[in-house]
Amino acid sequence: MPDQFLFATEVFINGLMAGVLYALVALGFVLIYKASGIFNYAQGVMALFAAMTLVGIMNGQVPFSHIINAVFGTEIHHFGWHVPAFLAIILTVGVMVGFAWLVQRLVMRHLVGQEPIILFMATIGLAYFLEGVSDLMWGSEIKKLDVGLPQGGSFWIEDMTAGLGSENFYGFFIDNLDMVATIVAALLVVGLVLFSQYTKQGRAMRAVADDHQAALSVGISLNFIWVLVWSVAGFVALVAGIMWGTKSGVQFSLSLIALKALPVLMLGGFTSIPGAIVGGLIIGVGEKMFEFWIGPLVGGATENWFAYVLALLFLVFRPQGLFGEKIIERV
Amino acid sequence: MQDGYITEDGRKIGGVVMEMKNITLRFGGVVAIKDISFDIREGEIRAIIGPNGAGKSSMLNVISGFYVPQEGEVWFHGKPRPQMRPYEVAQQGIARTFQNIALFEGMSVLDNVMTGRLSYMKSGLFSQALWKGKAEAEEVANREVAEKIIDFLEIQHIRKTPVARLPYGLKKRVELARALAAEPKLLLLDEPMAGMNVEEKEDMSRFILDVNDEFGTTIALIEHDMGVVMDLSDRVVVMDYGKKIGDGTPDEVRNNQAVIDAYLGVSSD
Repeated sequence: MPDQFLFATEVFINGLMAGVLYALVALGFVLIYKASGIFNYAQGVMALFAAMTLVGIMNGQVPFSHIINAVFGTEIHHFGWHVPAFLAIILTVGVMVGFAWLVQRLVMRHLVGQEPIILFMATIGLAYFLEGVSDLMWGSEIKKLDVGLPQGGSFWIEDMTAGLGSENFYGFFIDNLDMVATIVAALLVVGLVLFSQYTKQGRAMRAVADDHQAALSVGISLNFIWVLVWSVAGFVALVAGIMWGTKSGVQFSLSLIALKALPVLMLGGFTSIPGAIVGGLIIGVGEKMFEFWIGPLVGGATENWFAYVLALLFLVFRPQGLFGEKIIERV
Repeated sequence: MQDGYITEDGRKIGGVVMEMKNITLRFGGVVAIKDISFDIREGEIRAIIGPNGAGKSSMLNVISGFYVPQEGEVWFHGKPRPQMRPYEVAQQGIARTFQNIALFEGMSVLDNVMTGRLSYMKSGLFSQALWKGKAEAEEVANREVAEKIIDFLEIQHIRKTPVARLPYGLKKRVELARALAAEPKLLLLDEPMAGMNVEEKEDMSRFILDVNDEFGTTIALIEHDMGVVMDLSDRVVVMDYGKKIGDGTPDEVRNNQAVIDAYLGVSSD
């Protein structure tokens, strides 16, 4: 096989895997948007917060230690123990559920029936608030996250595929972490679909997403469902936080991956879970392929803007996205 | 009449299920309902009628918990009902339909009807995740009830169709099916025949009578069409400008001067 083709294939596969990570973030947005019509700007910060909490718990860090030390004149920073990754993940899920409950109780509950733009602004406020809280709680330095996921290129795949091309081709370079992320994302989506199709809570969730009044009339508590949805979104944020945090360290820039989810949502539609996945994959692949072929001609760095240009094109020609519900105003 | 009565066509009407006591509902300065009391007896078809803006829908919303009255009490099964949210009222066995149809447009007819069974599904998340034994038996049992109601309302042929694709008349019927799936103790129908043609109205009237007859469901309904109301209902409450101006059998109401005035207007002298 010609090397050029093999390189392109490698770029394609890596694009797919990058796309999975985008899709993970976009998924969190879709969940909340579907169930409550809120575009949750804080989704990215939730991923950051979840990852920071996970690292903090694993390292036995004392939350809010700076404030405690300043107020009481103490010098505590660590509990002096390390929590195993598995247990720490479960505890972090608990924290995210608590966070979901607080958001519903303190913010969203009081804004029921408000204009979407007001709900959106509330989530912007929430994003900055949560960002500050994470800094206060766990400190703002860059942290390493290692929950035991394999990292680095897969030698096995490299060795297996090296023979396909000439001696200039060393085999496909595929990151182990990306493969794990793909598997986890697939499991997550299958889990979410099973949950929403076959469980009582899942049915109730779909009902609320469809019509609030009707949901109330069959005995569904909107508050409960919204807490549930924010919890699930928090869980998805944690998964995204683990993947991105392991890849590039837990730091503030993690919250900016939310911006990468925007073009994904415009492509896939704000209301479709498959849309989030397919949108993520298209953006991931498109970005990498564009950089591979067109990048050298225009001086590179196309990855920074390609996704947004693609999203703009979609806004012009298919504003509801690939899978979104078409909005028809009846007159 | 405390222990009920027998209707002309021989149906037995039981004791009082629900009683509204001196209900007053205000929106800011507007009084939607003013000091209204009436009762609903077990097994009867109770109609609330009145001209536009009389406060009929508001009354139904008070019963189903969507509105909270400023004054007065709602008695259910002989006890004053504490203030409840709409979903809690639904869990008490009060199902309803809406004037402007509130269905889950993205779901199939069957799925819509199944949502009516949600409060009967008891299995926890864990057993549902494993999808074994109890959860499965429960799903089958609930499905049976749903299918029975679908048959009853003659919508088998569209059971897999997404609701968004159905014509208006059928949507109304699906909404009724969903409410019935909850096996309600009290069924509230907000203008079940609004916007229907004569044939659809006849069908709907027949279904309402059949439901009442077959399942013994207590029904409270709001309707504009006087002819339909008089044929269907056992007793009628008449409202005008938020006040009760008549209450009794269709014949009593028909001959009530206040009711005639409200519907036909009063001459100035």
